[in-house]
Amino acid sequence: MMDEGTELSLTIAQIVQRLKGTHLHSQIERQAKECLHRPEIKLESVKEDVRNFLKVSGWERKLQNAVYRELHVQLPPSHPAAPPEHAKEPLAYMRKAQASWEKRILKSLNSMCTELGVPLARKRPAVEQKELTNKWNEMGTDEPDLSRFRPVYAPKDFLEVLISLRNPNHDSSEEASAKSHWGLIQVPLHDRGIPQMREAYSELSLTTGQLGIDDHTHVPPDLFESEHIRIGKKVVSEQDSAAAQQYSRQGCPTGLRADLWALILNSTNEPEDVMHYEQLKAGVIHHDLLVDNLIYKDVKLTASNDDYYFVFEDFLYQVLLCFSRDTAVLEHFSYNSATPPKSYIQGKVGIEEFAVVYPPNGVIPFHGFSMYVAPLCFLYNEPSKLYSVFREMYVRYFFRLHSVSSSTSGIVSLCLQFERLLQTHLPQLFYHLREIGAQPLRIAFKWMVRAFSGYLSTDQLLLLWDRILGYDSLEIVAVLAAAVFAFRAENLMEVTSLASAEAVLADLSTLKVMPLIQIFLFATVI
Amino acid sequence: MSSIVTVAVEEQSYQWREGLLPRTDELTRPSELTPQSVPHIRSWFAVHGAEVDHISIAAINQGVANNMSVNTVPCTVKPAVTLQIEDAKTDSSRPGVYVVDVTLPIGQTVNIQEISFKNYYTAYLSMRLLRRDGEGAAKWATCLRNHCLMPSPHTEEGSQDYVSVYRQQMLMEPDNVTSVRLILRQPSSAWLNFTVEEIKIHPCLNEDSEWDIPDWLSDLTQVDQLCDLQGLPDPQTVSSSIQQMWALTEVMQTNQTTASIGRFDVDGCYDINLLSFT
Repeated sequence: MMDEGTELSLTIAQIVQRLKGTHLHSQIERQAKECLHRPEIKLESVKEDVRNFLKVSGWERKLQNAVYRELHVQLPPSHPAAPPEHAKEPLAYMRKAQASWEKRILKSLNSMCTELGVPLARKRPAVEQKELTNKWNEMGTDEPDLSRFRPVYAPKDFLEVLISLRNPNHDSSEEASAKSHWGLIQVPLHDRGIPQMREAYSELSLTTGQLGIDDHTHVPPDLFESEHIRIGKKVVSEQDSAAAQQYSRQGCPTGLRADLWALILNSTNEPEDVMHYEQLKAGVIHHDLLVDNLIYKDVKLTASNDDYYFVFEDFLYQVLLCFSRDTAVLEHFSYNSATPPKSYIQGKVGIEEFAVVYPPNGVIPFHGFSMYVAPLCFLYNEPSKLYSVFREMYVRYFFRLHSVSSSTSGIVSLCLQFERLLQTHLPQLFYHLREIGAQPLRIAFKWMVRAFSGYLSTDQLLLLWDRILGYDSLEIVAVLAAAVFAFRAENLMEVTSLASAEAVLADLSTLKVMPLIQIFLFATVI
Repeated sequence: MSSIVTVAVEEQSYQWREGLLPRTDELTRPSELTPQSVPHIRSWFAVHGAEVDHISIAAINQGVANNMSVNTVPCTVKPAVTLQIEDAKTDSSRPGVYVVDVTLPIGQTVNIQEISFKNYYTAYLSMRLLRRDGEGAAKWATCLRNHCLMPSPHTEEGSQDYVSVYRQQMLMEPDNVTSVRLILRQPSSAWLNFTVEEIKIHPCLNEDSEWDIPDWLSDLTQVDQLCDLQGLPDPQTVSSSIQQMWALTEVMQTNQTTASIGRFDVDGCYDINLLSFT
């Protein structure tokens, strides 16, 4: 515990370091130089006047947004004695579990490579490159033979890993006691009870207006909706990242959502971003990766089969193939408990100058991965913008849904939170489901891993993701999962098998998420 | 790899990585600075007419941050002693209190700046110090009472963190210490074992000898000895603006960007072997 002054200094120094050399830095420098010609800049007070100019012209706000973005992804300053892996994940047994899970995935990928005789990476011959460039906007029309490929893993494989997580120092003797946990997750992470969540999610309370509830057709718009939209327009015109995040807690109006999310994520579409995207596209054209086939297969199996998302098939390829080539994603591994897979150029095994990461972004897609991108296609139709927003959402939130960590937004915490909420507030239901062999997590896990993408109707999903962005946390996903069980509790009490429990919860497309969350958090008797 | 010194002078921030402030042998390279150097840097600037707003020393490359407080005092850590109520050794309950003694070699004393350790499921820490007073007699005193390491003892938060306890947090001056007693408490029965590991005692830096301003600095004209300027600008302003210009050129020279180039191949080649894992 360093004193606050030192911690603040460290944070400032780290952010300065990161923003130096970025495009924004050079833009602001150039603006500052060019504004010296302006009449209002006086020599005696040049510093003040330049600063005023930058403030008035909106550049200071852009800098503020950039700093705000850095604060989102920055690790808290760690103790000098702590090794870097401690910053990724402080608990040793979780690091170990993540490492052995990764090893399994690597082995699986390697064996796919050798069995199918497909190289991990291959430079495309010129003819093929030309063909792909021509076909770039309609890759969905291609029907490659993907029958030999299988996904590296599916969410249920990952669930087994989480279920087997054990803290070697935890006393898990079998005697039933008040603190027995009925669920599948047996690690003692901290979870929040409803009283704490009521404080944390106060903007969702019964007396506060919400999009998703108070914009219903029967509710006159003057009560909430018109004013909320007016404020939203103001936030967008002010271009204030922090304000947009706070605003999003009550939902984003459909017409403003794309701009608001881009603002919250500080996702720009400047020429340099477009150029970066083109560079990634070139990477796709030049090299063919084994991982590409996994992406194709995943899109064909999930998004293309979905009534809402099949129209976006081409976009999904354009985003996910480029995502795999983006080395900028590697930065997030400093705060992700996962480690990117490594390999060497042929013939140079062991020589560090020839060590590379595979795939270039270090992320191996699993079954359902494309569903992280699909809902965004409703908001953005320009591939570079869509890409920029998706990448930022991945490195802030989605990566936590498929790695083993003790983070409060991590999938382990979400699962535990879900089970604890259910056990505390719906004990009869939980007990009944357990007795019939239908552990609730087995049903809810697939929803949470995808942050409900593909299970809710799109407008409801976007309202949920508004709150994920607004509260900068995935915890709301666990709350919704518990709320869904609460909503269908009556039907679930009647079922007598896992299969029938699954059937009761198979179709969530008619659910309205905000009323469910609101009732669960604020109307539950505690 | 080194630390970065950031000095804010009149709201402008300068950074040094190598070859620090001009002409000082005493204020050495940034990698050798510690938070205790801050007042000395500030007074150095004050002597040269620059009002410093904010000084920070940040170790950006965390792996080398150990430079900061790497001086530790050799000490022996005795094995933990449990405190239990009954004399008979009953297996049913695990101890909830451990006492760990850390002793210095005989005859040595230390002025403690910081005690650092790695936690392993200890919830609360109390510390007592055995200090030698003027006459050579040794007395125990409590310097830390129920310092919370795990906000929620039944859950994992804080359970495996690296922790430092600083001099400023202690209830009395940790000077002339010969022995440290750590009293560890873990009231939750959820854990099989608890302790603290890698205990290190960091002594105070001997400030006086290291930071002597060299003689030639004290020969500088004092502020109140202003001579007749005869139309020349004020030497204070000249000196501070010269410093600022010098600092700016230093910053430009050491300006390194962390932006990556983005290529994932090695010289155009990405034909790779199978994935490797250790």
